[in-house]
Amino acid sequence: MALFQTSSDNPAAQKSTALAVLSVAFVLVWLFIAAFPFLWTAWGSFKAEGDFFSRADWMNAIAGPATTAQTGGAFTLDGYRGAWIEKEFWRAAMNTGIVTLCVTMISLTLGTLGGYALARSGFRYTFWILIAALVFRAMPHVTLVSGYLLPFFQLNIWGYLPTTIIVLVAINQPFTLWMLHSFFLSIPKDLDEAAMVDGCTRFQAFRLAIIPVMWPGVVTTGLFSFLLAYNDFTTTSMLLTETNATMIPKINSFLGSTQEEGKVMYAVAAVVSAIIPLFVLIMFFQRQIVSGLTAGAVKG
Amino acid sequence: MTHKEFMAFIWPSLLAMALFIAVPIISVAYQSMFVEHEQIMIETETCGPFGCTPEVAVDQDAMRKVREDSPAGRFNGLDTYTNSSHLATDEITEIVATSENFGEIRDRIMNLPFYKALIFTLSYTFIVTPLVIVFGFIIAVVVNSIPSFLKGPVIFFSLLPMIVTPLVGSLVLFWMIDSRGVVGAFLQYLFADPSLSLKASPTLTWVTLFVYGVWHSAPFAFVVFYAGLQTVPSDTLESSMVDGANRWEQIRFVVMPYLLPLATFVALMQLMDNFRIFEPIIGFSASASATSLSYLIYTDLREAETPLFGSAAATSMLTIIGVIILLLPVLFRNAREFNRKA
Repeated sequence: MALFQTSSDNPAAQKSTALAVLSVAFVLVWLFIAAFPFLWTAWGSFKAEGDFFSRADWMNAIAGPATTAQTGGAFTLDGYRGAWIEKEFWRAAMNTGIVTLCVTMISLTLGTLGGYALARSGFRYTFWILIAALVFRAMPHVTLVSGYLLPFFQLNIWGYLPTTIIVLVAINQPFTLWMLHSFFLSIPKDLDEAAMVDGCTRFQAFRLAIIPVMWPGVVTTGLFSFLLAYNDFTTTSMLLTETNATMIPKINSFLGSTQEEGKVMYAVAAVVSAIIPLFVLIMFFQRQIVSGLTAGAVKG
Repeated sequence: MTHKEFMAFIWPSLLAMALFIAVPIISVAYQSMFVEHEQIMIETETCGPFGCTPEVAVDQDAMRKVREDSPAGRFNGLDTYTNSSHLATDEITEIVATSENFGEIRDRIMNLPFYKALIFTLSYTFIVTPLVIVFGFIIAVVVNSIPSFLKGPVIFFSLLPMIVTPLVGSLVLFWMIDSRGVVGAFLQYLFADPSLSLKASPTLTWVTLFVYGVWHSAPFAFVVFYAGLQTVPSDTLESSMVDGANRWEQIRFVVMPYLLPLATFVALMQLMDNFRIFEPIIGFSASASATSLSYLIYTDLREAETPLFGSAAATSMLTIIGVIILLLPVLFRNAREFNRKA
């Protein structure tokens, strides 16, 4: 009651109450748009196809009459069983694990060294390297892939995981360099220069003075390297064979083979499986992701 | 840092970029001048119980030898660039000469594969990018004004559409807008049209892809602007309030000018990313009504028997030229700033 009285006394405050309600409503709508598709698909992945794609009534996806009729329960793991065991999605998940882990580690190693050098060297060519990196960052990946295929066939290195890993590391470099470059700029120069005055070489100064304080920046950059490797479709779908495909190309191959057999639920289950690691990632690293997205903007 | 130390630190990174980004671009330029070998035909006779019939077939042995001798194919100069599936210079001349009016010219040019892809790519880039900035800004301003215990969960769920793999995200939406999916069914109910399907009409497919693009990228703009809002100096805001600025005027004359550099940054990132739109076209199975430059290259390389390296390379070169034109303003600005500092 008191709240209402004060607001009717003060027109400005009253307006802000209405505005606050409107703001919360707007945010709820946005939350619904952003999150509902994922929740819906995750829920639907435990249903039979007749319920998730219901001709009769969309409510079927919630109650699940077809699922009950087919399997006896309101929820079924058939989609997951079909995708992971029958279609061997576990193999793709393992390949994704190998590729993302290697890409992240190698990109960070190269990127840390390079980013440090770019941040500490005042010569003119650092500018040109950064500009070249920006142009490389803008190249659509598929144009690069069309340059790889023929040479890779000739050299007989097409279709192997290590080739794909190196390619992804290289595609990742421009971004990693930019990000770590701006991160190292924020570490005071005095730190490594003091170490060098005390008799360290440049590399010792890097190892002893910089490495201990660089982890926040490296973790943030690492998250984005991980995402690039995990989310890649263009490179992996063109450079890997069917037997060593990673998750995303595998999901795409499900679409071709499962749609007509009525096994679209395999693809739904695989899609949900691929989203879960990302969900966990945001849960633990929300702060780092946000700071990483803004780092480039605020500093450069 | 001396030149030697600099090189010692940066060479692995430079080598990786040179080998797998710079050299492939040169390789693409080289490949674009070649086309596939012509089929070498051989005449054989198949003899059966009813006599012999002459048959013409591809001479596999000879083909293999030719391919080994010159893997890139035979030299074609710039002809691939001007043929009907790329710049189509002859077709355009003919269209312009024989069409009655501008509308007809436009429609006929839209049927040429390269121009169809180019027009969609440009429309996507220049429609989605501003929308992303506007939506991201609105969400950021509103989220900044809600009670702080809500902010964490809101940011968490907002990140989802952006972080999730484009192919996966577009599939999730694609299944929902299916005429048997929940959104598809709702739209049919809303417009009282049981035959309504977002996949059937080219216009609706384009709109779907644009909506997907905004949904996917608005969180990025939101996060960047939201972080920027935290750093708006409060004394400037307060003095504007003392001067009698209302809420809208504060946003218009204090917040927006302050966030302008961030908007430039978001625009740059979005232009680069939207120009290479590719996965959503696969996810939404939209290739019949909407193709992009990246998608054209992909299908050329996916050509069942022999990938069309020459054709893919020519499209790639044209795409790279497009990217550079897109980036030119940024490059000029950076170079000017660097020169001023130096």
